[in-house]
Amino acid sequence: MVLDTGKDLVADTPKGIWSWVTTVDHKRIGLMYGTTALVAFFIAGLEALLIRLQLTNANGTILSADAYNQLFTMHGLTMLLVVVMPVGAAFMNYFIPLHIGARDVAFPRANAFSFWLFLFATVMLLSSFVLGGAPDGGWFGYAPLSTQLEEFVRMDFYSIGAQLLGVASIMASANFIATVFTMRAPGMTLMRIPVFTWMAVVVSFLLIFSLPIFGVGLFQMFFDRNFGANFFGGGGDPLLWQHLFWLFGHPEVYVLVLPAMGIVSEVFPVFSRKPLFGYPFVVFSGIAIGFMGFGVWAHHMYTAGLGPVAEAGFGIATMLIAVPTGVKIFNWIGTMWGGKIRFEVPMLFAIGFVSLFVIGGLSGVLHSVVPSDYQQHDSYFVVAHFHYVLFGGGVFGFVAGAYYWYPKWTGRMLDKRLGLWHFWLMIVGFNLTFAPMHILGLNGMARRTYRYPEGLGWEFWNQVATVGSFLIGISFVIFAWNLIKSRKHGRVAGDDPWDARTLEWSISSPPPVHNFDEIPVVAHVDDWWHRKYATNDDGRAVRMADVTGGSAGGTVTGGQDGGHVADIHMPSPSYYPIVAAFGIMTTGYGLVYLPGGWVAVGAGLLVALWGFFGWSLEPVTRDGDHD
Amino acid sequence: MWVFLGSECMFFGSMIATFLLYRNEIADGPGADIFNIPFTSASSFVLLMSSLTMVLAHHAFGKGDARGTRIWLAATALLGITFLAGQIFEFTEFVHEGLTLSTSSFGSAFYMLTGFHGGHVALGVVMLLAMLFLSTEGRLRDDGGLNVELVGLYWHFVDIVWIVIFTVVYLLQI
Repeated sequence: MVLDTGKDLVADTPKGIWSWVTTVDHKRIGLMYGTTALVAFFIAGLEALLIRLQLTNANGTILSADAYNQLFTMHGLTMLLVVVMPVGAAFMNYFIPLHIGARDVAFPRANAFSFWLFLFATVMLLSSFVLGGAPDGGWFGYAPLSTQLEEFVRMDFYSIGAQLLGVASIMASANFIATVFTMRAPGMTLMRIPVFTWMAVVVSFLLIFSLPIFGVGLFQMFFDRNFGANFFGGGGDPLLWQHLFWLFGHPEVYVLVLPAMGIVSEVFPVFSRKPLFGYPFVVFSGIAIGFMGFGVWAHHMYTAGLGPVAEAGFGIATMLIAVPTGVKIFNWIGTMWGGKIRFEVPMLFAIGFVSLFVIGGLSGVLHSVVPSDYQQHDSYFVVAHFHYVLFGGGVFGFVAGAYYWYPKWTGRMLDKRLGLWHFWLMIVGFNLTFAPMHILGLNGMARRTYRYPEGLGWEFWNQVATVGSFLIGISFVIFAWNLIKSRKHGRVAGDDPWDARTLEWSISSPPPVHNFDEIPVVAHVDDWWHRKYATNDDGRAVRMADVTGGSAGGTVTGGQDGGHVADIHMPSPSYYPIVAAFGIMTTGYGLVYLPGGWVAVGAGLLVALWGFFGWSLEPVTRDGDHD
Repeated sequence: MWVFLGSECMFFGSMIATFLLYRNEIADGPGADIFNIPFTSASSFVLLMSSLTMVLAHHAFGKGDARGTRIWLAATALLGITFLAGQIFEFTEFVHEGLTLSTSSFGSAFYMLTGFHGGHVALGVVMLLAMLFLSTEGRLRDDGGLNVELVGLYWHFVDIVWIVIFTVVYLLQI
């Protein structure tokens, strides 16, 4: 491509379905991740509403025990692995390159492959409902429940589906790490990259080191089920699965919540018109959480009988991990303190995030105390805790990010009035749903049971929770309507509607394919802010006259010799990633339906091999695409 | 690539941990006494030598010596195939002596660990052969994608893991 002006390039953006299928553009891949996750979120949300309907009254009759088992397993599995993780991946895909001043991720086609593999694995997991039954052993899949062979394929869908999602995540993570460590713009030192991108790096390392452990556990489960191996049965020890699973599962919770923490760390400074309070502390406490996240897994297993020494050790480690988390919370409050706060919708969601996350964090500290946890284990108190952390924390943070960055994705603002409805319905519904579960849990209501008898005094709070869950449902319908409506009819946003601080706001909305006309040269944390504002003698920010916002063509140069406006080589589209991912999915289906599936295994591997070789041999940039 | 190898370390680490846990869970089947140490030492030596030939291939490629690259790539692949043949022979022997994946937890852990390692070697051989094929057509590049350096890194990693596996599984029989 020859670069004339940014506008022409936007006009040249390829259109049509084929261009999306073969795209290697990190922004499009990010949007596809986000859309897939949103659809999956509605499916998993419907599952949750069915669960709530069943539990509204004693002796509920809406679902059978079997259907209930499938629904709560798939709700957990989908929400964690197919919704929250990919939403994180969506934001990371879109904003890591924009945050560090790069034109794409380090391996664009591997990035496309990660997405397609994720999408196919998602399709595979969801298709299990009609192809022999969905997984029904809980998202944690404890052996020996998960290795019993009474249902032919259900937990095979679990082991293979989660395995493929894991492979996709490992590839995506390696890609993000390589991008951040090798492709930063000049002057963008590690201590100048935005906090969101820092958290993305921590998350990527967590995934890289925890997913393979899960992978081994999944393979062992698969071998036990299909080839008569004895990892968890026979002479084997079912506790091994719990160790392998939680050694992945606990870092996984931080994988879910750290991106949300990164997002609110971007939102608070912008809407308080102050720099983030204690940037290095936020970054290093994120890294500390990453390290400590690997040392607390056994607090999920206190009742398994590990012995007092191990339990005490893990208890103390769990209390310690609350410290860096608390540091971040004080940093966010410190950012708001004395700031000029604008209560826009993203800011409201970010404040909601902090409030609810604190509640969830406090009940988490309760769990770290071993005797207390004996009482709460497997009760609704735990359900309340992790929904406060993952929904109140994770989802609120991501929704804040969606409202904050929607103008950058589409060039239009989300409707503020609908946004306010969404926020208030969601926060009220959320607390109505999950706060009563604390009480229910302390009164002895157990998780994962599909009905409960009358006369235990649980009906009232269960009814409240069901009403709350439907309020959440309504709030998300409003959100979906807002997303669709504003796409065409929203107020035109301009390049920098929030008067924001980081580099993605210096380019047009939506950004051109190549992101930056000239690679910016960075001199500060929040570099874009420092280009717009200088500090006068009183220490107040004064807007500089000469910067009008870097629209397409008006580039970010910073007065220094940034890059060259010439001959930007962007990677060419490629269909090999989707071919390879499709081959691997076929293999996966084959493995589920062993022994008849060996044919599909072989065929899938051949297709995958074709995809990988085509991919390796194809030049990154074809000659026709630039000159 | 380094990051990916870090991930692989955790993968094999978990399997080695499983094996250590189940080292003595032999049920009614045979245990570590069926290992043929001299035979496996020989095949381990073959695999380690393939690292040497891989270094030579990389060196030759760095000098632009296409013929040398081809010879040493072929040698590496050949040594890898020899190792795999040895492993297949070994597995058959063990099955004859009554140790299968489902005999005992020991058997499960042993076959999974060494089997996945064998799978990695096989994948490495496929990549080596692909590079050999490319270099005869003169299409071997030194930029992104499949190149000698990456495959070399991968190959050395697989060898190093084997050193650990060989020590833990075969030699450490206290």
